[in-house]
Amino acid sequence: MFPIVNKQTMAKGTIVRFDISAPKIARKVKAGQFVIIRVHEKGERIPLTVAEADAFIGTITIIFQVVGKTTALMRSLNEGDMIQDVVGPLGKPAETHNHGTVVMVGGGTGVAILYHVTKAMKEAGNKVIGIIGAREQNMLILEEEMRVLCDELFITTDDGSYGMKGFVTDPLRTLLTERKDINLVYAIGPIIMMKNVCKLTKEFNMRTMVSLNPVMIDGTGMCGGCRVSIDGKTKFCCVDGPDFDGHTVDFDELEKRNSLYLKDEKDSLLFSVH
Amino acid sequence: MLEHDIKTLKNKIFLNIYCPHCQNSLNVADKGKNLLVYKAIYKGEEIQLKLGAYLDNYETETSVPIESGEVLDDLLCPKCNQSLVDNGNHCVECESPVARVTVSAQSRLIPFFYCLKSGCQWHGLSKADERKLKPKVPRQKMPEQDKDLRTHNFQEVPYGYTGELALLEATRCLQCKKPLCVDGCPVNVDIPAFIALVAEEKFDEAAKKIKETNVLPAICGRVCPQESQCEKKCIVGVKDEPVAIGRLERFVADYERNMGLVKVPNIKENLGQKIAVVGSGPAGLTVAADMRSLGYGVTILEASHVTGGVLTYGIPEFRLPKAIVQFEINYLKELGCRFELNHVVGPLTSIEELRQEFDAVFIGVGAGLPVFMNIEGEALGYVYSANEYLTRINLMKAYLFPEYDTPMPRGDKVVVIGGGNVAMDCARNAIRTGSKEVTIVYRRSRNELPARLEEVHHAEEEGIQFRLLTNPIRYIGNSQSRVTALECIKMELGEPDSSGRKRPIPIEGSNFIVECDMAIVAIGTSSNPIIFKTTPDLERNKWGYINVNPETNETSIPLVYAGGDIVTGSATVIEAMGAGRIAARDMHKKLSEIRNKK
Repeated sequence: MFPIVNKQTMAKGTIVRFDISAPKIARKVKAGQFVIIRVHEKGERIPLTVAEADAFIGTITIIFQVVGKTTALMRSLNEGDMIQDVVGPLGKPAETHNHGTVVMVGGGTGVAILYHVTKAMKEAGNKVIGIIGAREQNMLILEEEMRVLCDELFITTDDGSYGMKGFVTDPLRTLLTERKDINLVYAIGPIIMMKNVCKLTKEFNMRTMVSLNPVMIDGTGMCGGCRVSIDGKTKFCCVDGPDFDGHTVDFDELEKRNSLYLKDEKDSLLFSVH
Repeated sequence: MLEHDIKTLKNKIFLNIYCPHCQNSLNVADKGKNLLVYKAIYKGEEIQLKLGAYLDNYETETSVPIESGEVLDDLLCPKCNQSLVDNGNHCVECESPVARVTVSAQSRLIPFFYCLKSGCQWHGLSKADERKLKPKVPRQKMPEQDKDLRTHNFQEVPYGYTGELALLEATRCLQCKKPLCVDGCPVNVDIPAFIALVAEEKFDEAAKKIKETNVLPAICGRVCPQESQCEKKCIVGVKDEPVAIGRLERFVADYERNMGLVKVPNIKENLGQKIAVVGSGPAGLTVAADMRSLGYGVTILEASHVTGGVLTYGIPEFRLPKAIVQFEINYLKELGCRFELNHVVGPLTSIEELRQEFDAVFIGVGAGLPVFMNIEGEALGYVYSANEYLTRINLMKAYLFPEYDTPMPRGDKVVVIGGGNVAMDCARNAIRTGSKEVTIVYRRSRNELPARLEEVHHAEEEGIQFRLLTNPIRYIGNSQSRVTALECIKMELGEPDSSGRKRPIPIEGSNFIVECDMAIVAIGTSSNPIIFKTTPDLERNKWGYINVNPETNETSIPLVYAGGDIVTGSATVIEAMGAGRIAARDMHKKLSEIRNKK
């Protein structure tokens, strides 16, 4: 059992931050790696990328958006409550060596993971340019934290309520057009965002890493449920990823696979309401 | 003419005696005193008659005094109440009426007579009758759940032997002096010894006899492929069907557990050395039990949230009830083994770190990475690996969705690709979760099916179709990206390949479509790389399996051992246990040397 030591809600309560006491994992986890969480005895196993870890206190931080039954249940938990299972660290760490100049692009809850990788990128000596986006101002998370880390930070909102009106791809296009010193783009966010970022960077032939989030069960390479097509080959996101070269990812397939259980998700939520 | 023929049977101390009518064992009647208790009619009144169950101790005792020379009117079976008096025969000593029962000896059922006259000590067999009537005891079938019933539940299919059936089956064992069955068993269970105890109705002792060499008899009795191991070598099997060793093993293990006779020995951790076991599947559990029994401290690290490895996530409930797996694991806990769940060795703790903390390490992580065919459309929705499908059901209890949160994959027309036990498990699971049509697609013919015959039979009984000599070449999906059909090609068998099986060759132009709305790929698994990423110096072969010294199961790193599927590739539960046993033996030897040097 893993106790929640700190809880914080953001973005009008749709995004929740937990600091969970898991000392062993906290000592080992690297940026880009994830954990599998099972909230209770009858729960499902869901992957959540670690947004921060404190090896000294022994906590890991997860930031999640409430999208389905498990995350809704998690939101109802409070400090001191226990999480049944936390397994990790899983997946390959992000490539956070010194690339030179990197553009870190994050959308929605993806900013949470982006933050962890950005921190590691900065520590490795990279010059870091950040682009973070959200639907509206209230939905934007970790702005202050990103501002501290990034040498430059661009903010976009879909409705223009804060920062630039538009999508993260807008400032990215400008950057790629005007700046010649960029070595890598790293994008984390909704599938559609990552897909559009990759489409754009492809035009500029700019190497782009993305962090994928398919449906997973065990997270240790056993079930094959998280398989993604990379360059036409089947890869398992949990052991071969979650980071992949964005130009090799079949995003359409991933999107379809991720929507397979939407009806089940609804049934499950209805069941829990009754 | 009736003859004394007891001498031929005297080397059998204890005989199993059955009612000739209802076939029930009479031995259990008065267990404490080894007496058979009958109902007798004496002077029109019902009385009790007790007979010594040992043949060389033929003593009677009645509830009312009977004068010497008096003859009982009748003798009844206490189970079915039918008369045991045989009107066709008379006592050879005094011509009085006799009662007939059936005894079993030398794997035969033999009629046996008691004289009903008080004081007359005659009892015997008719040799003529024996020749005429001695039917061989056939291999006893296990009663099982009706096929129409069981396709609607997840309960175990065979119910297991009753005590009577086990006694009957045990008489079939010849008690060979050089038992070949023992050689056929990867952990060399003393099979004749335990069967002799079953025949003597010492079920509890029989279970303990097995446990001297096999810590998981209830599991092995269910899932071992006995037909290719111990039972394959059984001498009875040369002319007849072999002794049902597996069924007897299962029976005594269940008996011991159900009667609450399992005793946990109190073993101190007094050696000052401790070992880590990675993975709580059959190999790991064997190492843990062996080493703990010797006095080592044992910690088992399991990546999943439940212990048992493939016994838990892979083999379905109807073939191996999870309560039994957990009971056996609980035994290890009580023995003093420590289990750490959610501990993924590799990323969380490296082998090197384990080596620093523990005196020796055993790696028994299995071969868990599912293999796909890499054909078009494999990423379509509702195409599953057998691992994912079975994990959802067995581990995550998806069949109880939405009470449990993990969604259950369902389809009306399900295709399972592959012909092994795992394929049968998937197909039978699909039938149980309401699929209307389940088809197994296998590229070779029926003779080459790698699954156990018993499993194939069960699958056929449950209405699963087989499309043999058929290989899928692509999946076809609809606009929602859900699989709707499988394009297949017909195969024919050519010359035997390196595995000794006939090579399947596609027949060009024979393509055809099999409609389905769910497909499960059960064509095997391979080595999972997760543990090796932090231990690159651990020697592995070209398939990614760990290289070990076959004599000791030690890996290229001293005092780090490995066994089970991670060494051999997909194999059986008992082979994994055998590998664990070899590793434990060498581990003990080397750790003892280190201890004694200090």
